[in-house]
Amino acid sequence: MPESRPEKLIIDGKRLDGRKFDELRPIKIEVDVLKRADGSCYLEMGKNKVVAAVYGPREVHPRHLQDPSKAIIRYRYNMAPFSVEERKRPGPDRRSIEISKVSKEAFEAVIMKELFPRSAIDIFVEVLQADAGSRTACINAASVALVDAGVPMKGILTSVAVAKVDGQLVLDPMKEEDNYGEADMPFAFLIRNSKIESIALIQMDGQMTKEEIKMALELAKKGAMEIYKLQREAIMKRYVTEEGIEVEEVNTDA
Amino acid sequence: MPEDALAEIKRDYVLSKLRDGERIDGRKLDEFRNIEIYPNIITKAEGSALVKLGNTQVVVGIKMQPGEPYPDAPNKGVIITNAELVPLASPTFEPGPPDENSVELARVVDRGIRESEAIDLEKLCIEEGKNVWIIFVDIHAIDDDGNLLDASSIAAISALLNTKVPASRFGLGEDYPLPVRDIPVSVTSLIAGSKYLVDPNKDEMSIGDYTLTISTNQKDYIVAIQKSGGYLLSEELFDELLEVSIRNARKIREIVANKS
Repeated sequence: MPESRPEKLIIDGKRLDGRKFDELRPIKIEVDVLKRADGSCYLEMGKNKVVAAVYGPREVHPRHLQDPSKAIIRYRYNMAPFSVEERKRPGPDRRSIEISKVSKEAFEAVIMKELFPRSAIDIFVEVLQADAGSRTACINAASVALVDAGVPMKGILTSVAVAKVDGQLVLDPMKEEDNYGEADMPFAFLIRNSKIESIALIQMDGQMTKEEIKMALELAKKGAMEIYKLQREAIMKRYVTEEGIEVEEVNTDA
Repeated sequence: MPEDALAEIKRDYVLSKLRDGERIDGRKLDEFRNIEIYPNIITKAEGSALVKLGNTQVVVGIKMQPGEPYPDAPNKGVIITNAELVPLASPTFEPGPPDENSVELARVVDRGIRESEAIDLEKLCIEEGKNVWIIFVDIHAIDDDGNLLDASSIAAISALLNTKVPASRFGLGEDYPLPVRDIPVSVTSLIAGSKYLVDPNKDEMSIGDYTLTISTNQKDYIVAIQKSGGYLLSEELFDELLEVSIRNARKIREIVANKS
Protein backbone atom coordinates (compact mmCIF):
# COMPACT_ATOMS: atom_id res chain seq x y z
CA MET A 1 0.00 0.00 0.00
CA PRO A 2 1.33 3.44 -0.83
CA GLU A 3 1.90 5.60 2.21
CA SER A 4 -0.12 8.78 2.37
CA ARG A 5 1.32 12.26 2.49
CA PRO A 6 2.22 13.49 5.96
CA GLU A 7 0.04 16.46 6.82
CA LYS A 8 3.07 18.70 7.22
CA LEU A 9 6.60 18.22 5.99
CA ILE A 10 7.95 20.97 8.21
CA ILE A 11 6.96 21.18 11.87
CA ASP A 12 8.17 24.01 14.13
CA GLY A 13 10.93 24.98 11.71
CA LYS A 14 12.31 21.43 11.60
CA ARG A 15 12.12 18.74 8.97
CA LEU A 16 10.52 15.32 9.56
CA ASP A 17 13.89 13.77 10.38
CA GLY A 18 14.81 16.64 12.69
CA ARG A 19 17.21 18.33 10.29
CA LYS A 20 17.55 22.07 9.76
CA PHE A 21 16.68 23.42 6.30
CA ASP A 22 20.33 23.65 5.27
CA GLU A 23 21.49 20.43 6.87
CA LEU A 24 22.74 17.39 4.96
CA ARG A 25 21.94 13.82 5.89
CA PRO A 26 24.82 11.89 7.49
CA ILE A 27 27.40 10.87 4.88
CA LYS A 28 29.84 7.96 4.99
CA ILE A 29 32.49 7.45 2.32
CA GLU A 30 34.88 4.54 1.90
CA VAL A 31 37.50 4.44 -0.84
CA ASP A 32 38.87 1.38 -2.65
CA VAL A 33 36.29 -1.15 -1.55
CA LEU A 34 36.39 -3.41 -4.63
CA LYS A 35 39.32 -5.60 -5.60
CA ARG A 36 38.71 -6.00 -9.33
CA ALA A 37 37.89 -2.41 -10.28
CA ASP A 38 40.59 0.17 -11.04
CA GLY A 39 38.91 2.54 -8.65
CA SER A 40 35.94 2.20 -6.33
CA CYS A 41 33.95 3.85 -3.60
CA TYR A 42 31.14 2.96 -1.21
CA LEU A 43 28.98 5.85 -0.13
CA GLU A 44 26.03 6.38 2.18
CA MET A 45 23.96 9.53 2.12
CA GLY A 46 21.16 9.16 4.63
CA LYS A 47 19.49 5.86 3.77
CA ASN A 48 21.05 5.79 0.30
CA LYS A 49 23.69 3.12 -0.07
CA VAL A 50 25.61 3.08 -3.34
CA VAL A 51 28.78 1.51 -4.77
CA ALA A 52 30.75 3.02 -7.64
CA ALA A 53 33.41 1.31 -9.74
CA VAL A 54 35.69 2.71 -12.42
CA TYR A 55 37.29 0.58 -15.10
CA GLY A 56 39.80 2.13 -17.44
CA PRO A 57 41.14 3.82 -19.36
CA ARG A 58 40.82 0.58 -21.29
CA GLU A 59 40.20 -0.75 -24.78
CA VAL A 60 36.83 0.13 -26.30
CA HIS A 61 34.38 -2.63 -27.16
CA PRO A 62 32.63 -2.55 -29.56
CA ARG A 63 35.47 -0.97 -31.48
CA HIS A 64 33.41 1.32 -33.70
CA LEU A 65 32.71 3.42 -30.60
CA GLN A 66 36.38 4.42 -30.41
CA ASP A 67 37.20 8.10 -30.73
CA PRO A 68 40.66 8.76 -32.20
CA SER A 69 40.93 12.11 -30.40
CA LYS A 70 39.78 11.24 -26.86
CA ALA A 71 38.51 8.65 -24.43
CA ILE A 72 34.80 7.88 -24.42
CA ILE A 73 33.08 8.04 -21.06
CA ARG A 74 30.36 5.56 -20.21
CA TYR A 75 28.21 5.77 -17.11
CA ARG A 76 25.69 3.22 -15.97
CA TYR A 77 23.33 4.04 -13.12
CA ASN A 78 21.57 0.89 -12.01
CA MET A 79 19.15 0.20 -9.18
CA ALA A 80 19.09 -3.15 -7.45
CA PRO A 81 15.61 -4.73 -7.52
CA PHE A 82 15.51 -4.68 -3.70
CA SER A 83 16.64 -1.05 -3.36
CA VAL A 84 13.13 0.39 -3.18
CA GLU A 85 9.86 -0.40 -1.38
CA GLU A 86 8.19 -2.04 -4.36
CA ARG A 87 10.56 -4.37 -6.22
CA LYS A 88 12.11 -2.66 -9.21
CA ARG A 89 12.24 -4.70 -12.37
CA PRO A 90 15.90 -5.40 -13.14
CA GLY A 91 17.56 -3.59 -16.01
CA PRO A 92 17.47 -0.04 -17.31
CA ASP A 93 14.13 1.80 -17.30
CA ARG A 94 13.59 5.21 -18.85
CA ARG A 95 14.45 7.01 -15.63
CA SER A 96 17.79 5.18 -15.27
CA ILE A 97 18.61 5.86 -18.93
CA GLU A 98 18.10 9.59 -18.41
CA ILE A 99 20.06 9.68 -15.15
CA SER A 100 22.92 7.76 -16.77
CA LYS A 101 22.96 10.21 -19.67
CA VAL A 102 23.09 13.43 -17.67
CA SER A 103 25.57 11.97 -15.16
CA LYS A 104 27.84 10.77 -17.96
CA GLU A 105 27.76 14.25 -19.48
CA ALA A 106 28.68 15.83 -16.16
CA PHE A 107 31.79 13.64 -15.99
CA GLU A 108 32.60 14.19 -19.67
CA ALA A 109 33.02 17.85 -18.84
CA VAL A 110 35.60 17.27 -16.09
CA ILE A 111 37.60 14.17 -17.10
CA MET A 112 40.68 15.03 -19.18
CA LYS A 113 39.64 12.60 -21.87
CA GLU A 114 42.00 13.98 -24.54
CA LEU A 115 44.83 12.25 -22.66
CA PHE A 116 43.47 8.81 -23.56
CA PRO A 117 42.52 8.64 -27.25
CA ARG A 118 40.82 5.46 -28.49
CA SER A 119 40.07 4.26 -24.98
CA ALA A 120 37.06 3.99 -22.71
CA ILE A 121 36.55 5.01 -19.12
CA ASP A 122 33.63 3.07 -17.68
CA ILE A 123 31.84 4.24 -14.57
CA PHE A 124 29.36 1.85 -13.01
CA VAL A 125 27.20 2.79 -10.07
CA GLU A 126 24.90 0.40 -8.28
CA VAL A 127 22.18 1.66 -5.98
CA LEU A 128 21.80 -0.94 -3.22
CA GLN A 129 19.29 1.13 -1.29
CA ALA A 130 17.55 4.27 -2.49
CA ASP A 131 15.94 7.04 -0.47
CA ALA A 132 15.73 10.16 -2.68
CA GLY A 133 18.86 11.75 -4.08
CA SER A 134 20.34 8.48 -5.29
CA ARG A 135 21.65 10.14 -8.45
CA THR A 136 23.53 12.70 -6.35
CA ALA A 137 24.94 9.99 -4.06
CA CYS A 138 26.08 8.06 -7.13
CA ILE A 139 27.87 11.05 -8.65
CA ASN A 140 29.64 11.73 -5.33
CA ALA A 141 30.74 8.10 -5.16
CA ALA A 142 31.77 7.94 -8.82
CA SER A 143 33.83 11.09 -8.39
CA VAL A 144 35.82 9.52 -5.54
CA ALA A 145 36.17 6.23 -7.47
CA LEU A 146 37.65 8.16 -10.42
CA VAL A 147 40.25 9.72 -8.12
CA ASP A 148 40.96 6.26 -6.71
CA ALA A 149 41.45 4.96 -10.27
CA GLY A 150 43.90 7.78 -10.95
CA VAL A 151 41.87 9.26 -13.78
CA PRO A 152 43.01 12.87 -14.38
CA MET A 153 40.23 15.42 -13.87
CA LYS A 154 39.92 19.20 -13.86
CA GLY A 155 38.68 18.90 -10.29
CA ILE A 156 36.14 16.93 -8.30
CA LEU A 157 32.44 16.61 -9.00
CA THR A 158 30.18 17.05 -6.02
CA SER A 159 26.46 16.63 -6.23
CA VAL A 160 23.49 17.54 -4.04
CA ALA A 161 19.81 18.33 -4.51
CA VAL A 162 17.57 21.05 -3.15
CA ALA A 163 13.82 20.61 -2.79
CA LYS A 164 10.91 22.92 -2.08
CA VAL A 165 8.61 21.55 0.59
CA ASP A 166 5.69 23.42 2.15
CA GLY A 167 7.07 26.51 0.39
CA GLN A 168 10.48 26.17 2.06
CA LEU A 169 13.76 25.35 0.29
CA VAL A 170 15.55 22.42 1.92
CA LEU A 171 18.96 20.86 1.28
CA ASP A 172 19.40 17.19 0.39
CA PRO A 173 15.74 16.05 0.51
CA MET A 174 14.87 12.59 1.81
CA LYS A 175 12.09 10.35 0.52
CA GLU A 176 9.03 12.11 1.94
CA GLU A 177 10.28 15.55 0.89
CA ASP A 178 11.02 14.30 -2.61
CA ASN A 179 7.67 12.52 -3.01
CA TYR A 180 5.42 15.18 -1.58
CA GLY A 181 7.42 18.36 -2.11
CA GLU A 182 6.63 21.03 -4.71
CA ALA A 183 9.95 20.84 -6.55
CA ASP A 184 13.21 18.93 -6.74
CA MET A 185 16.45 20.27 -8.17
CA PRO A 186 19.62 18.18 -8.37
CA PHE A 187 22.98 19.85 -9.05
CA ALA A 188 26.57 18.77 -9.60
CA PHE A 189 29.43 21.22 -9.34
CA LEU A 190 33.03 21.17 -10.48
CA ILE A 191 35.13 22.01 -7.44
CA ARG A 192 38.79 22.84 -7.87
CA ASN A 193 41.17 24.02 -5.13
CA SER A 194 38.28 24.09 -2.65
CA LYS A 195 36.33 26.47 -4.87
CA ILE A 196 33.14 25.93 -6.86
CA GLU A 197 34.01 26.67 -10.48
CA SER A 198 30.93 25.78 -12.51
CA ILE A 199 27.81 23.70 -12.89
CA ALA A 200 28.24 20.24 -14.43
CA LEU A 201 24.71 18.96 -13.88
CA ILE A 202 21.44 20.73 -13.35
CA GLN A 203 17.91 19.38 -13.55
CA MET A 204 14.67 20.49 -12.03
CA ASP A 205 11.03 19.52 -11.89
CA GLY A 206 8.20 21.08 -9.96
CA GLN A 207 7.32 24.73 -9.60
CA MET A 208 9.71 27.44 -8.50
CA THR A 209 10.05 31.13 -9.15
CA LYS A 210 13.21 32.52 -10.71
CA GLU A 211 14.22 33.91 -7.31
CA GLU A 212 13.72 30.54 -5.64
CA ILE A 213 15.91 28.89 -8.27
CA LYS A 214 18.70 31.32 -7.47
CA MET A 215 18.31 30.67 -3.74
CA ALA A 216 18.31 26.92 -4.40
CA LEU A 217 21.60 27.27 -6.25
CA GLU A 218 23.17 29.07 -3.27
CA LEU A 219 21.88 26.44 -0.85
CA ALA A 220 23.19 23.64 -3.06
CA LYS A 221 26.62 25.30 -3.22
CA LYS A 222 26.80 25.39 0.55
CA GLY A 223 25.89 21.70 0.77
CA ALA A 224 28.32 20.77 -1.99
CA MET A 225 31.24 22.37 -0.15
CA GLU A 226 30.49 20.24 2.91
CA ILE A 227 30.30 17.05 0.82
CA TYR A 228 33.51 18.02 -0.97
CA LYS A 229 35.34 18.13 2.36
CA LEU A 230 34.14 14.61 3.17
CA GLN A 231 35.16 13.35 -0.27
CA ARG A 232 38.63 14.83 0.23
CA GLU A 233 38.94 13.41 3.73
CA ALA A 234 38.04 9.93 2.49
CA ILE A 235 40.63 10.11 -0.28
CA MET A 236 43.29 11.51 2.06
CA LYS A 237 42.56 8.79 4.60
CA ARG A 238 43.13 6.12 1.98
CA TYR A 239 46.29 7.57 0.47
CA VAL A 240 48.03 10.26 2.47
CA THR A 241 48.11 8.52 5.86
CA GLU A 242 49.67 5.38 4.38
CA GLU A 243 52.53 7.48 3.13
CA GLY A 244 52.72 9.20 6.50
CA ILE A 245 53.13 5.89 8.28
CA GLU A 246 55.85 4.90 5.86
CA VAL A 247 57.75 8.09 6.56
CA GLU A 248 57.45 7.49 10.29
CA GLU A 249 58.80 3.97 9.94
CA VAL A 250 61.79 5.25 8.03
CA ASN A 251 62.42 7.75 10.81
CA THR A 252 62.34 5.08 13.54
CA ASP A 253 64.79 2.99 11.56
CA ALA A 254 67.18 5.87 11.36
CA MET B 1 35.95 11.61 -43.73
CA PRO B 2 34.13 14.32 -45.71
CA GLU B 3 31.22 14.56 -43.23
CA ASP B 4 33.61 15.36 -40.41
CA ALA B 5 35.45 17.94 -42.47
CA LEU B 6 32.16 19.60 -43.37
CA ALA B 7 31.06 19.63 -39.75
CA GLU B 8 34.32 21.29 -38.81
CA ILE B 9 33.91 24.00 -41.43
CA LYS B 10 30.37 24.67 -40.21
CA ARG B 11 31.62 24.81 -36.64
CA ASP B 12 34.31 27.33 -37.45
CA TYR B 13 31.80 29.44 -39.37
CA VAL B 14 29.27 29.40 -36.51
CA LEU B 15 31.97 30.30 -34.00
CA SER B 16 33.50 33.08 -36.10
CA LYS B 17 30.09 34.68 -36.56
CA LEU B 18 29.42 34.29 -32.86
CA ARG B 19 32.60 36.19 -32.00
CA ASP B 20 30.94 39.21 -33.64
CA GLY B 21 27.73 38.45 -31.76
CA GLU B 22 26.01 37.22 -34.93
CA ARG B 23 24.30 34.04 -36.06
CA ILE B 24 24.67 32.29 -39.41
CA ASP B 25 21.01 32.82 -40.32
CA GLY B 26 20.98 36.45 -39.22
CA ARG B 27 18.90 35.90 -36.07
CA LYS B 28 19.59 37.64 -32.78
CA LEU B 29 21.15 35.44 -30.08
CA ASP B 30 17.87 35.22 -28.19
CA GLU B 31 15.59 34.91 -31.21
CA PHE B 32 13.48 31.88 -32.11
CA ARG B 33 12.93 30.74 -35.67
CA ASN B 34 9.50 31.19 -37.22
CA ILE B 35 6.84 28.99 -35.60
CA GLU B 36 3.96 27.47 -37.58
CA ILE B 37 1.29 25.38 -35.89
CA TYR B 38 -1.19 23.19 -37.79
CA PRO B 39 -3.68 21.78 -35.29
CA ASN B 40 -5.94 18.76 -35.80
CA ILE B 41 -4.20 17.30 -38.82
CA ILE B 42 -4.73 13.67 -37.81
CA THR B 43 -8.46 13.03 -37.56
CA LYS B 44 -7.96 9.45 -36.30
CA ALA B 45 -6.23 10.81 -33.22
CA GLU B 46 -8.03 12.42 -30.25
CA GLY B 47 -5.86 15.48 -30.77
CA SER B 48 -2.88 16.38 -32.93
CA ALA B 49 -0.62 19.10 -34.27
CA LEU B 50 2.13 19.55 -36.78
CA VAL B 51 4.66 22.14 -35.73
CA LYS B 52 7.31 23.73 -37.91
CA LEU B 53 10.09 25.51 -36.09
CA GLY B 54 12.12 26.88 -38.95
CA ASN B 55 12.80 23.72 -40.94
CA THR B 56 12.36 21.41 -37.98
CA GLN B 57 9.08 19.49 -38.16
CA VAL B 58 7.35 17.44 -35.51
CA VAL B 59 3.95 15.76 -35.41
CA VAL B 60 2.35 14.96 -32.06
CA GLY B 61 -0.72 12.76 -31.85
CA ILE B 62 -2.80 12.18 -28.72
CA LYS B 63 -4.59 8.91 -28.13
CA MET B 64 -6.71 8.19 -25.05
CA GLN B 65 -8.16 5.07 -23.49
CA PRO B 66 -9.46 4.02 -20.08
CA GLY B 67 -7.05 2.12 -17.88
CA GLU B 68 -5.77 1.61 -14.35
CA PRO B 69 -4.52 4.59 -12.32
CA TYR B 70 -1.20 4.63 -10.47
CA PRO B 71 -1.65 3.29 -6.92
CA ASP B 72 -0.33 6.55 -5.41
CA ALA B 73 -2.79 8.68 -7.44
CA PRO B 74 -6.00 6.62 -7.57
CA ASN B 75 -8.20 9.54 -8.64
CA LYS B 76 -6.00 10.96 -11.40
CA GLY B 77 -5.64 10.35 -15.09
CA VAL B 78 -2.29 9.19 -16.42
CA ILE B 79 0.01 10.86 -18.99
CA ILE B 80 2.43 8.71 -20.96
CA THR B 81 4.83 10.53 -23.27
CA ASN B 82 6.88 8.78 -25.88
CA ALA B 83 9.19 10.03 -28.63
CA GLU B 84 10.27 8.32 -31.79
CA LEU B 85 13.25 9.70 -33.64
CA VAL B 86 12.49 7.92 -36.89
CA PRO B 87 15.26 7.50 -39.49
CA LEU B 88 13.25 9.58 -41.96
CA ALA B 89 14.00 12.68 -39.90
CA SER B 90 17.79 12.67 -39.95
CA PRO B 91 20.72 10.77 -41.49
CA THR B 92 21.95 10.07 -37.96
CA PHE B 93 18.72 8.50 -36.63
CA GLU B 94 18.56 4.74 -36.68
CA PRO B 95 15.57 2.43 -36.40
CA GLY B 96 15.20 0.41 -33.25
CA PRO B 97 14.22 0.90 -29.62
CA PRO B 98 14.43 4.44 -28.22
CA ASP B 99 17.97 5.53 -27.39
CA GLU B 100 19.00 7.89 -24.58
CA ASN B 101 18.28 10.95 -26.73
CA SER B 102 14.68 10.05 -27.49
CA VAL B 103 14.13 8.97 -23.87
CA GLU B 104 15.46 12.32 -22.64
CA LEU B 105 13.40 14.24 -25.21
CA ALA B 106 10.18 12.51 -24.18
CA ARG B 107 10.89 12.89 -20.47
CA VAL B 108 11.68 16.62 -20.67
CA VAL B 109 8.53 17.32 -22.73
CA ASP B 110 6.55 15.22 -20.26
CA ARG B 111 7.97 17.14 -17.31
CA GLY B 112 6.80 20.45 -18.76
CA ILE B 113 3.23 19.19 -19.14
CA ARG B 114 3.17 17.34 -15.82
CA GLU B 115 4.84 19.88 -13.56
CA SER B 116 2.90 22.85 -14.93
CA GLU B 117 -0.22 20.80 -14.11
CA ALA B 118 -1.45 21.79 -17.55
CA ILE B 119 -3.98 18.99 -17.58
CA ASP B 120 -6.50 18.71 -14.79
CA LEU B 121 -5.91 15.01 -14.18
CA GLU B 122 -8.53 14.78 -11.44
CA LYS B 123 -11.20 15.44 -14.07
CA LEU B 124 -10.02 12.31 -15.89
CA CYS B 125 -11.05 9.90 -13.16
CA ILE B 126 -13.77 7.46 -14.24
CA GLU B 127 -13.93 5.24 -11.15
CA GLU B 128 -11.54 5.98 -8.29
CA GLY B 129 -8.77 3.43 -7.92
CA LYS B 130 -10.05 1.38 -10.85
CA ASN B 131 -10.54 3.27 -14.05
CA VAL B 132 -9.09 6.57 -15.28
CA TRP B 133 -8.27 8.08 -18.67
CA ILE B 134 -4.78 7.38 -19.96
CA ILE B 135 -3.37 10.05 -22.27
CA PHE B 136 -0.73 8.90 -24.71
CA VAL B 137 1.36 11.78 -26.03
CA ASP B 138 3.29 10.41 -28.99
CA ILE B 139 6.01 12.62 -30.45
CA HIS B 140 6.95 11.84 -34.02
CA ALA B 141 9.94 13.73 -35.38
CA ILE B 142 9.67 14.31 -39.13
CA ASP B 143 12.62 16.59 -39.91
CA ASP B 144 15.41 17.40 -37.47
CA ASP B 145 16.93 20.75 -38.31
CA GLY B 146 17.83 21.35 -34.68
CA ASN B 147 15.94 21.86 -31.41
CA LEU B 148 13.46 18.99 -31.72
CA LEU B 149 12.80 19.46 -28.02
CA ASP B 150 11.11 22.86 -28.22
CA ALA B 151 9.29 21.92 -31.43
CA SER B 152 8.00 18.80 -29.64
CA SER B 153 6.91 20.76 -26.56
CA ILE B 154 4.97 23.21 -28.71
CA ALA B 155 3.42 20.37 -30.72
CA ALA B 156 2.51 18.42 -27.59
CA ILE B 157 0.64 21.26 -25.86
CA SER B 158 -0.96 22.35 -29.16
CA ALA B 159 -2.23 18.81 -29.69
CA LEU B 160 -3.51 18.56 -26.12
CA LEU B 161 -5.37 21.85 -26.55
CA ASN B 162 -7.45 20.36 -29.37
CA THR B 163 -7.90 16.91 -27.80
CA LYS B 164 -11.41 15.51 -27.29
CA VAL B 165 -11.85 12.82 -24.65
CA PRO B 166 -13.36 9.91 -26.67
CA ALA B 167 -15.93 8.97 -24.01
CA SER B 168 -18.64 7.82 -26.44
CA ARG B 169 -16.35 5.27 -28.07
CA PHE B 170 -15.99 3.53 -24.72
CA GLY B 171 -19.63 3.87 -23.68
CA LEU B 172 -18.79 6.53 -21.07
CA GLY B 173 -21.15 9.29 -22.14
CA GLU B 174 -20.53 12.15 -24.52
CA ASP B 175 -17.14 13.27 -25.77
CA TYR B 176 -15.77 16.37 -24.09
CA PRO B 177 -12.73 18.61 -24.52
CA LEU B 178 -9.63 17.65 -22.51
CA PRO B 179 -9.39 19.98 -19.47
CA VAL B 180 -6.23 21.96 -20.25
CA ARG B 181 -5.48 24.87 -17.89
CA ASP B 182 -1.91 25.94 -18.64
CA ILE B 183 0.48 26.25 -21.58
CA PRO B 184 3.96 25.09 -20.59
CA VAL B 185 6.70 26.29 -22.93
CA SER B 186 10.26 25.01 -23.11
CA VAL B 187 13.11 27.20 -24.30
CA THR B 188 16.33 25.51 -25.32
CA SER B 189 19.63 27.32 -25.78
CA LEU B 190 22.90 26.12 -27.20
CA ILE B 191 25.82 26.95 -24.93
CA ALA B 192 29.05 28.03 -26.60
CA GLY B 193 31.50 28.92 -23.85
CA SER B 194 30.26 32.13 -22.27
CA LYS B 195 27.71 32.75 -25.05
CA TYR B 196 24.33 31.23 -25.84
CA LEU B 197 22.15 30.78 -28.92
CA VAL B 198 18.43 30.34 -28.34
CA ASP B 199 16.62 27.74 -30.50
CA PRO B 200 19.75 26.44 -32.27
CA ASN B 201 19.40 25.03 -35.78
CA LYS B 202 21.25 21.92 -36.90
CA ASP B 203 24.24 23.78 -38.34
CA GLU B 204 24.66 25.69 -35.10
CA MET B 205 24.54 22.40 -33.21
CA SER B 206 27.79 21.46 -34.97
CA ILE B 207 29.48 23.32 -32.07
CA GLY B 208 28.39 20.39 -29.86
CA ASP B 209 25.30 18.99 -28.16
CA TYR B 210 25.56 21.49 -25.35
CA THR B 211 22.11 22.70 -24.40
CA LEU B 212 20.13 24.06 -21.48
CA THR B 213 16.35 23.78 -21.50
CA ILE B 214 14.18 25.86 -19.20
CA SER B 215 10.41 25.30 -19.20
CA THR B 216 7.95 27.74 -17.68
CA ASN B 217 4.20 27.96 -17.09
CA GLN B 218 1.87 30.91 -17.66
CA LYS B 219 2.73 32.43 -14.27
CA ASP B 220 6.41 32.54 -15.34
CA TYR B 221 7.22 29.83 -12.78
CA ILE B 222 10.00 27.51 -13.81
CA VAL B 223 8.60 23.99 -14.07
CA ALA B 224 11.51 22.06 -15.57
CA ILE B 225 15.23 22.49 -16.23
CA GLN B 226 17.54 20.14 -18.06
CA LYS B 227 21.21 20.62 -18.76
CA SER B 228 22.15 18.29 -21.59
CA GLY B 229 25.64 17.63 -22.94
CA GLY B 230 29.16 17.34 -21.59
CA TYR B 231 29.97 20.98 -20.86
CA LEU B 232 30.39 23.25 -17.87
CA LEU B 233 27.86 25.99 -17.23
CA SER B 234 28.70 29.20 -15.43
CA GLU B 235 26.34 30.66 -12.86
CA GLU B 236 26.22 33.98 -14.70
CA LEU B 237 25.05 32.34 -17.91
CA PHE B 238 22.51 30.25 -16.02
CA ASP B 239 21.05 33.38 -14.40
CA GLU B 240 20.88 35.14 -17.75
CA LEU B 241 19.19 32.19 -19.43
CA LEU B 242 16.49 32.11 -16.75
CA GLU B 243 15.48 35.61 -17.85
CA VAL B 244 15.90 34.92 -21.56
CA SER B 245 13.81 31.76 -21.35
CA ILE B 246 10.96 33.36 -19.43
CA ARG B 247 10.85 36.20 -21.96
CA ASN B 248 10.81 33.92 -25.00
CA ALA B 249 8.28 31.55 -23.45
CA ARG B 250 5.77 34.41 -23.06
CA LYS B 251 5.88 35.11 -26.80
CA ILE B 252 5.59 31.45 -27.76
CA ARG B 253 2.74 30.89 -25.31
CA GLU B 254 0.80 33.63 -27.10
CA ILE B 255 1.40 32.01 -30.48
CA VAL B 256 0.24 28.62 -29.16
CA ALA B 257 -2.86 30.12 -27.53
CA ASN B 258 -3.84 31.96 -30.73
CA LYS B 259 -3.41 28.94 -32.97
CA SER B 260 -5.61 26.56 -31.00
